[in-house]
Amino acid sequence: MGSIDPLVLLAAIMMASTPILLAALGEMVVERAGVLNLGVEGMMITGAIVGFVAAYESGSPTLGFVTAALGGALISLLFGVLTQFLMSNQVATGLALTLFGLGLSSLIGQSYSGLRAPLTPDLHIPVLSDLPVVGRVLFQHDAMVYVALALVVGVWAFLKFTRAGLILRAVGESHDAAHALGYRVKLVRLCAIAFGGALAGLGGAYLSLVRVPSWTDGMTAGAGWIALALVVFASWKAFRVLAGAYLFGGISVLQLNLQAAGSKVPADLLSMSPFLATILVLVIISARKKGATAAPAMLGRVFHASQ
Amino acid sequence: MSIKTILASATVALSLSTAAFAQDPTKVGFVYVGPVNDGGWSQHHHESVMEMKEHFGDAIELVEQASVPEGADAERVFTQMALSGADVIFATSFGYMDPIINVAAKFPDVKFEHATGYKTAENVGVYSARFYEGRAVEGLLAGEMTKSNKIGYIGSFPIPEVIRGINASYLEAKKVNPDVEMSVVWLNTWFDPAKEADAAQALIDNGVDVVLQHTDSTAPQITAQKAGDVYTFGQAADMAEFAPMPRISSIIDVWAPYYIERVQAVIDGTWESDNTWDGIGAGMVGIGEITDAVPADVKADAEALRDAIAAGDYHPFTGPINKQDGSVWLAEGEVADDGALAGLNFYVEGLTGDIPQ
Repeated sequence: MGSIDPLVLLAAIMMASTPILLAALGEMVVERAGVLNLGVEGMMITGAIVGFVAAYESGSPTLGFVTAALGGALISLLFGVLTQFLMSNQVATGLALTLFGLGLSSLIGQSYSGLRAPLTPDLHIPVLSDLPVVGRVLFQHDAMVYVALALVVGVWAFLKFTRAGLILRAVGESHDAAHALGYRVKLVRLCAIAFGGALAGLGGAYLSLVRVPSWTDGMTAGAGWIALALVVFASWKAFRVLAGAYLFGGISVLQLNLQAAGSKVPADLLSMSPFLATILVLVIISARKKGATAAPAMLGRVFHASQ
Repeated sequence: MSIKTILASATVALSLSTAAFAQDPTKVGFVYVGPVNDGGWSQHHHESVMEMKEHFGDAIELVEQASVPEGADAERVFTQMALSGADVIFATSFGYMDPIINVAAKFPDVKFEHATGYKTAENVGVYSARFYEGRAVEGLLAGEMTKSNKIGYIGSFPIPEVIRGINASYLEAKKVNPDVEMSVVWLNTWFDPAKEADAAQALIDNGVDVVLQHTDSTAPQITAQKAGDVYTFGQAADMAEFAPMPRISSIIDVWAPYYIERVQAVIDGTWESDNTWDGIGAGMVGIGEITDAVPADVKADAEALRDAIAAGDYHPFTGPINKQDGSVWLAEGEVADDGALAGLNFYVEGLTGDIPQ
């Protein structure tokens, strides 16, 4: 059968990668502050449902995305309070957050299944969108695709060039030293957690408002876990998160396209290829000397001022 | 309080409770693989169950459990239901087959009904619909409606039930349109809206303009609607909210009459293990309204095919049909028997690609 049009494929990849890109970018910031939040899946699905409800009730996708970010941030603060003030175990609390989010979203979503979200319009950028070939592929997506890309640049610049970014990294590398210098470790971490929650919420809402776009129980179907793997895959660097997200999204879209184009490659091999790629990259990264120390030193450690 | 009064009241309580037992409603359990709001397979089972419940009213007590994964979890759920006094348990997904056989052996007094499976026992009956009959009608419509001569099929798991559907629709499409090609995308899931949407998009990006699905959500319908000039079919449920475009018809599973009949048999004490496999003729497979997006003559052809299948005048698997490798499967005029269909694990000639093993 016909061959795959690489430009159409690229356009599909940009769309398919956006949810995991947003969620992974948020989680990267959280982990750079030294907090391991395994609740990405729960925050994503919470964002998916509250975003859907807001967009459906108001008719405005923009309001839906804003609500999703707020909802994701709010539920992540639950995790924040439990782990930062009540010193609960981060791994267990994160897992609990995932379970809680799945249940809560199912409860909220009971009367919203089968409905359709208001259409998120594709941007039409003057001149750029009209460019032959490139315009159609790169410049005719919905606004969230570009928001996600802008956030990648923003997070990179924030961590690299700003004083606040430096403090956040200091907290993640040695919370005792940061504390001794007078920085408020818990506040910094809470802010990072809320930011991560907001981005995970946006990623979830992208699924329920643009990609599917309707609400069904459990619709994130493991995207949050892929986002978590992506952060490690990207060794905690913003642009590598972008590359990783496009690679992951790319392979999953490519395998469907290869099947649709009648390729002889076995489908099950293609389905597991993103995960094989993760393992491979993890092995390569940890084999390199520098890579082994890429994780923030305080990742997952509990901070208490008296210690 | 004297011993006498205690004994007396105990006797009264006992007789009251036996009286209550005698009028105890029959307890009916249902287990679904997806959420009851998936818009397709599980939701439609649930709605059929609601019809059945309405029919019996208080004569039965209903227990439902949704989103039960196929495998060890299912076995636990069935055991729990049987322990809590269910008289009959309906398991509504193919992958529940071995769990149900295991649990049934432990509870000989409980009746079990398994949808789309093939293993029976003294207290396990199986039931399924001849979905391939509906697929043949869809194939005819798809072959007639496609302008690009490319039809897409979103497959779930490579099991005989799904492969029958692919073969049946391809054969019929080929008959009305010799130039037609079909691409199959396997997802290895019954329900994953994001993946289903991506699969539909991938097919459309490759020039497909008619999409058939054997997965449970409505995501492919929405993707097709966004893409514009693409036709789809409702699956398991009518999905009429997507009519007249992209959904031009549908296969509707009609379970309610079967549920009413079987539960009645349990109440009457006449239940026996069965192997029911009914199609359009018996009313277990319904063809949803063919919309005005389809030209009148094509619609008439499709309805004629539907009626011929219902009357038993035509079987979708009638020779000559070759296997994918070109060897003969059915000779001229030969009709596939149910045994061969139940275990169907190969593509017919003309389909490309391999079935994942």
